[in-house]
Amino acid sequence: MAAQVITITSGKGGVGKTTAVANLANALAMDGKKVVCIDGDIGLRNLDVVMGLENRIVYDIVDVIEGRCKLKQAMIRDKHYPDMYLIPAAQTRDKNAVSPSDMVRICNDLRADSEFVLIDSPAGIERGFRNAIAAADRVLVVTNPEVSAVRDADRVVGILEAEEKGTPHLIINRLNSALVKNNDMLSAEDVLDLLGIQLIGIVPEDETVIIGSNRGAPVVTDNKSRAGMAFRNIAKRLQGIDVPFMDLDHQSGLWGAIQRLAGRK
Amino acid sequence: MNFFTRKKSAVSAKERLQLVLVHDRTDLTPAQLESLKDDLLKAISNYIDIDPDAVQIGLERDGRSQRLVADIPLRNVARHRTG
Repeated sequence: MAAQVITITSGKGGVGKTTAVANLANALAMDGKKVVCIDGDIGLRNLDVVMGLENRIVYDIVDVIEGRCKLKQAMIRDKHYPDMYLIPAAQTRDKNAVSPSDMVRICNDLRADSEFVLIDSPAGIERGFRNAIAAADRVLVVTNPEVSAVRDADRVVGILEAEEKGTPHLIINRLNSALVKNNDMLSAEDVLDLLGIQLIGIVPEDETVIIGSNRGAPVVTDNKSRAGMAFRNIAKRLQGIDVPFMDLDHQSGLWGAIQRLAGRK
Repeated sequence: MNFFTRKKSAVSAKERLQLVLVHDRTDLTPAQLESLKDDLLKAISNYIDIDPDAVQIGLERDGRSQRLVADIPLRNVARHRTG
């Protein structure tokens, strides 16, 4: 095995990075993949609660870096999927406790016996973000169909290109198709046209996401959840499987256009 | 503008973002773009006769790349040659 290291980032906070990481990790684990998640938000630990693993934390990533424990000791095994792990962020330290080379070293150690390493980046474009992208083989940018989120996503895409991390793929999160239909929300097509990068998934706004994070059980495990299905599809695409984009109740024709945009170079 | 004639908000969002992203990506403010335009016209005027009021210079997007597009109509110089 040689893991693919994938960083999920966004620029703006609150667009759904942590939710995306928790859901994609669960979806990959449901497909039988060995997954390790890393919470890259040092000082503002959150992935543990969204994944429902907050009571199992003994060591964190800073303990690994500063030699207080072995990497394996900081890997918390998931309650439902024995091949899914979380390396939590330190809660009482700041981003300066980790360097980009620490992240590269940890990810290289993880590559040998896992298939996916998912890194949850903090918001912003500073040290924590630089740490989160240092080891990435590919980057997913999460945005909402909203002016400030799209602007910040564009900044992040520009930085990733300047850092020669390649062009990231886009997750459009919290699309409200009723608002789009009424022309009161940017459509997925608009966002793709503005950002000029390839799409990997559109997640509809869905209240089951909040219910899932309340319980610490990401919505991908809920078969009836539309957002869950969108995340399961993205997880398939990360595995190189071609899955058609979901129809989110739009007039026909638009989806054909999105497929074309998504497939363009 | 009343409620019925008002532009739908998604249209405003897209138009505003198009402008903001071009300036973010090029790190060029609208004022700097104006002074670039003036310098460009001055340089061109040293060689050919142009109508400064008809000139259109702006930034355009094409995927993730930007280009500076200038449309500079030349004044008709034929009569100077014959006359």
